[in-house]
Amino acid sequence: MNINQPTTIANPWQDLKQFTPARIALGRAGMSLPTQAHLEFQLAHALARDAVHIPLDFAVLAQSLQPLGFPTLTLQTQAENQRMYLQRPDLGRLLSLSATESLKNNMIGTTDVAIVVADGLSSKAIAQHAVSFLDLLLIELKKQNYSLSPLCLVKHGRVAIGDAIAEQFAARLCIVLIGERPGLSSPDSMGIYFTFHAKSGISTDAERNCISNIHHNGLSYSEALRKLLFLIAEAEKLQLSGVNLKDETTDSALNSEQPQTNFLLVQ
Amino acid sequence: MYKTQIANLSYDFKTLANLMAKATPPRSGDYLAGVAAIDHLERVAAQWVLADVPLKQFLNEALVPYETDEITRLIMDEHDSAAFAAISHLTVGDFRNWLLSPQTTSDVLNALATGLTPEMVAAVSKIMRIQDLILVAKKCRVVTRFRNTIGLENRLSTRLQPNHPTDNPAGVAASLLDGLLYGCGDAVIGINPASDNVEATSRLLNMLNDVIARYQIPTQSCVLAHVTTTLKAIEHGAPVDLVFQSIAGTQKANAGFGINLNLLEEARSAALSLNRGTVGNNCMYFETGQGSALSANANEGLDQQTCEVRAYAVARKFKPLLVNTVVGFIGPEYLYDGKQIIRAGLEDHFCGKLLGLPMGCDVCYTNHAEADQDDMDMLLTQFAVAGGTFVMGVPGADDVMLNYQSTSFHDALYVRQVLGLRPAPEFEQWLQQQQIFTQHNQLSLQAEIPALFKPALNQL
Repeated sequence: MNINQPTTIANPWQDLKQFTPARIALGRAGMSLPTQAHLEFQLAHALARDAVHIPLDFAVLAQSLQPLGFPTLTLQTQAENQRMYLQRPDLGRLLSLSATESLKNNMIGTTDVAIVVADGLSSKAIAQHAVSFLDLLLIELKKQNYSLSPLCLVKHGRVAIGDAIAEQFAARLCIVLIGERPGLSSPDSMGIYFTFHAKSGISTDAERNCISNIHHNGLSYSEALRKLLFLIAEAEKLQLSGVNLKDETTDSALNSEQPQTNFLLVQ
Repeated sequence: MYKTQIANLSYDFKTLANLMAKATPPRSGDYLAGVAAIDHLERVAAQWVLADVPLKQFLNEALVPYETDEITRLIMDEHDSAAFAAISHLTVGDFRNWLLSPQTTSDVLNALATGLTPEMVAAVSKIMRIQDLILVAKKCRVVTRFRNTIGLENRLSTRLQPNHPTDNPAGVAASLLDGLLYGCGDAVIGINPASDNVEATSRLLNMLNDVIARYQIPTQSCVLAHVTTTLKAIEHGAPVDLVFQSIAGTQKANAGFGINLNLLEEARSAALSLNRGTVGNNCMYFETGQGSALSANANEGLDQQTCEVRAYAVARKFKPLLVNTVVGFIGPEYLYDGKQIIRAGLEDHFCGKLLGLPMGCDVCYTNHAEADQDDMDMLLTQFAVAGGTFVMGVPGADDVMLNYQSTSFHDALYVRQVLGLRPAPEFEQWLQQQQIFTQHNQLSLQAEIPALFKPALNQL
């Protein structure tokens, strides 16, 4: 082999990268992935894996929520560790005994809204986005004179853990912020699940509305807030949430600036 | 009846369904369902008992009641007792030995397929090691046709999966062209649409149809929308090659998917009436995966692998071009780690092939599973050694719409290279004519864009 010969073959269709975030035109070493593309994948996977496995620092989270002026409660589910959490989604929907105690000791009478922040599948999502989003949300809820339960921070929680908490406070509106299953290009994506009249063990996913994909390259905090406030207002009107409550706010992410034509079919 | 004593302990497994579940190699979904063996000894005890169960027993004891489950009725009513006669005297354990014999050839297995029920096949797989699953599956030959010929010996096909987060046409086309230039797409060019509605689905179907026609690619297209969406698209005149649907192994789980056997029959008839195949008329594309029944709360007390194989009875009825087990997509609550994913993928392939299905595998994982690229390389390699029909081709193995990792165009080229596997013959010829592949099925050493696609790229 000629020592001056390059070790990889690049693809001359790099221009296509403007149309998609997919990993195209990667080039090749022989017919395999070149070292650079291989290591870029490994890097993205490492970030996503760490997002799942690095535990959320609940003390830091509680501390950074303090300036917002609402009491917080840190609670645990029956999933005692990460391994159990990943394999037993049912346990992540149940409060531990001590968490149930702690809720009882903090009863403040009926409230309108229960807000729950759960680590879910990405601690990074919550660490990066929860405080900034709550900052915006709480101002709006205050404006509308909603009464709030203490902010519940839940370790190893699934979405349905909000039902048990909302029920404890007899809260009409349940808002769960949770770390979403991380993708390679979005290890820190946060989701919001909204349930009207949540009931532990009874509410199903069909009764929830989801606002997904909140991160720096996804849905912005203000867009997510706009959607959530729309859902709250509509739910109050219709007295329900879920599949019968359609999100009619337009999605700017879908109004892509990219052309709607296809270069493969141009004459 | 299902009793044994082993290591000074007595076991009574009571029902065949329970026995099957307890005999299943460990996986998280069976623990989640509460049907798994409690320890290693109980599992092995169940395997000993299962090995002694006569195959005939599976025709006498339905695992899900005949009266309430249309898949049980399908399995029982369409069982071919003449084909079954060859092995009707065997127990599950004998059946394993019989399958491993060199006298049990491809032709013998082909003649047997309609005589097997999913439960018999699931049972024998539970007492087989990985090498057994590979050895027997490799003997099975399932050939299907639409615009090309899938499943011939020493061939491995690929589904080109050019997904885009918002179904943007240029975004889809970019991944599609990247894949074609890497030799991918003979099984199908199949898009998972971001939004499941008739307009979006029809738009994508028209686009794929136009690309296939303009560049004369000997392959078929599919938009993986719900079967009811595809039916409506057909009514509106959209060019549908393959009808897609996710299926599961219990009536209740399929109801959760919004389907039943009648609906699938209706969809198949509609696609057949379009008569778009050129070399054959296998016009269905099904996807399955262990754990889907449980996730719909509809596993009927069965283990997830037995549920999965029952889904193949549904697939088999509609003579599909392709069946794809999307093995690692569902997440670690069903298949926890690389070891569980690898075994499940090879079980699904073995069971599907034995029942006569063109089995592909989406060799894949999510980021919350204990798995990585090395695990996928092991499954991909073993799947191809076992004679797997097709795998996915996703740019850089990273699906930016569905947020999971599958196999890349490069992965398919790797496995074809080490095992000497070729694409479907019609597609292979096209790749060579367009000088995407050399006469030896390698990508050429030059980085040149093939003449066919130069005009499209030049105008960018």
